[in-house]
Amino acid sequence: MDSILSGFTRAFDLIFHLNAELFGIILLSLKVSGLALVIATLLGLPLGAMLGLKRFPGRDIVISAVNTLMGLPPVVVGLFVYLILSRKGPLGFLGLLYSPTAMIIAQSILAIPIVTALCHSAIVNVDPLIRQASRTLGATQRQETLAIIHEARYGIISAIVAAFGRVMAEVGSILIVGGNIAGYTRVMTTTIALETDKGNFELALALGIILLLLSFIVNAVLHTIQRKGMPAA
Amino acid sequence: MKLTLSHITKAYGSKTILNDCSYVFDKTGTYMLMGPNGCGKSTFLRICALLEQQDSGEIAYYDNSSTLAKNITLRRRLTLVLPRTGVFNTTVFKNVAYGLKIRGLEHSTVERKVNAALDFVGLGPKADQHARTLSSGETQRLGIARALVLEPEVLFLDEPTASIDEENTVIIESIIGAMKKEGRSTIIMTTHDRDQASRVGDVQLIMKNGKIEKQDL
Repeated sequence: MDSILSGFTRAFDLIFHLNAELFGIILLSLKVSGLALVIATLLGLPLGAMLGLKRFPGRDIVISAVNTLMGLPPVVVGLFVYLILSRKGPLGFLGLLYSPTAMIIAQSILAIPIVTALCHSAIVNVDPLIRQASRTLGATQRQETLAIIHEARYGIISAIVAAFGRVMAEVGSILIVGGNIAGYTRVMTTTIALETDKGNFELALALGIILLLLSFIVNAVLHTIQRKGMPAA
Repeated sequence: MKLTLSHITKAYGSKTILNDCSYVFDKTGTYMLMGPNGCGKSTFLRICALLEQQDSGEIAYYDNSSTLAKNITLRRRLTLVLPRTGVFNTTVFKNVAYGLKIRGLEHSTVERKVNAALDFVGLGPKADQHARTLSSGETQRLGIARALVLEPEVLFLDEPTASIDEENTVIIESIIGAMKKEGRSTIIMTTHDRDQASRVGDVQLIMKNGKIEKQDL
């Protein structure tokens, strides 16, 4: 019990004294997860919108596949990206293995199905009367699509936040493709895993607290945005 | 305004809804279209408003054939108000402004026109209120304001009072009356209520066996 308490004390000490190593790790985590999220949103949102708005042969199979991929095991993704990027792999010549770029690729693969599936769900749940309303008011096909996406905006934001939560908390795949190299590919979750193994709980706890804090901030912002969009009771 | 329907046919599967239906709307005023549930009144309005394609036959506005539902320029001169108004998840003001914004009008023009339309239907004081907090009658008035603000040449009203209370029905009928006085739009409205048809309409039509017949007043 004492070691846990002293661990917390030292963790807060590291946070409040702006420890350089700690903040380097946090910044890299945010950069890797942030870029992975941007890529996942740029690909997942249009794909989710297409699945929600268009009817085409094989659509149901694609939806089932995307929903299944939401539960992709991170280590499998890590292994897959490792094999692709390793020296003998098809993209080995790029020399990306054990780099932040490899981590971004792995996290994007994990986040894309989440953004796609949840955006699809948000869009299909928009009241069909909205589509009819925009059409009767003279909207073009494109304007009609934008009206539906706008209507689903809170669900879409939730999808992006859920994907952010997944990639920020992810450890398996980035450990495999990033290698946990200090000052280069070491992020919050891989540091927590490593420091716990070594018995250095202070840094691990400090990063754990910051991860929780980040998650809290993101969810509080989401909640505020969603509440603003709700009709006042 | 002149709207000519020639030999319009529409079927859903094996069920024929409109069967060689022809009619000419050539007066500015209010046409009331009556008929039992499922007889094809709503389908008729959707086809006239170029929102749905007929199987055969021709629709002509101003003697120009307009069979293409994708004819956006012409479609924007017509507006249909549905029996249930789909409300955008935003304020009353922004709901009414939507049609003007997608037409690229300037902000000051949008503001002026929206405020005038809201005052016209008695929703001026509720402009900043969230649209989903309105009562069903107010929501239907919002639907009418959203159509009115576009100053359509033909306004199609699909049973606008079917699901609202008596008080709001009276308000909506008075709004239609005021629109008639302004004389800017031809109104084609469906209803079940014969008394309402007499109160509001200039021409009464009945849909029977997929065709439209004129009723004598």
